[in-house]
Amino acid sequence: MLTLAVPAAILLFVAALALSVWRLVKGPRPADRVLALDSLTTCLMALGLLGGLMLKTDAMIEVALLLALLGFAATIALSLALGGGPVPPGGEEG
Amino acid sequence: MAGLVEGLAALLLLVGGAFALVGAIGILRLPDFFARLHGPTKATTIGIGAVVLALLLIAWAHGEPVPWRALLIPLFLFVTAPVAAHAMARAALGRRARPGAVRPDAGSQP
Repeated sequence: MLTLAVPAAILLFVAALALSVWRLVKGPRPADRVLALDSLTTCLMALGLLGGLMLKTDAMIEVALLLALLGFAATIALSLALGGGPVPPGGEEG
Repeated sequence: MAGLVEGLAALLLLVGGAFALVGAIGILRLPDFFARLHGPTKATTIGIGAVVLALLLIAWAHGEPVPWRALLIPLFLFVTAPVAAHAMARAALGRRARPGAVRPDAGSQP
């Protein structure tokens, strides 16, 4: 059963990865690209875990954890670089 | 018993993949950045959680030592996904509502 489910799940995650890459290329605003990069990192983590499942190794857990840390740091850094500063005193409606 | 647990793990894998795919379809098809933001931030987190649960169940069904440290991944994601989504929304707002800047979409707000 797993010999069928693991490749199927890999296929689903690869499809999700491809759609995220499409948004990364297309994205009209820079924030769209940051969002696509975030989603792409998550898909890569899942693909790594599934690959570890296929190769019967535990090492991919650390890889996925590291990817999660790096993806979060990258998302926060890029958002700050895009100008997501503190809310001005008048509120965000301005 | 082990077969039942394996079947549950297979179901979890498929559900996780389906959730990730739905989130990615949302990222591609929804019309506006703030609509696109709310799809994948939740769906991909659930997808990863399901995959990690399946990982633990498979190790348990095969009688191997269960890698409990894998639970750190969904735990970390559950904490950081809202923070990341908030930062991205703030960045998008900051570009549109910068004081003194000409708003290209002024008047076209629904």
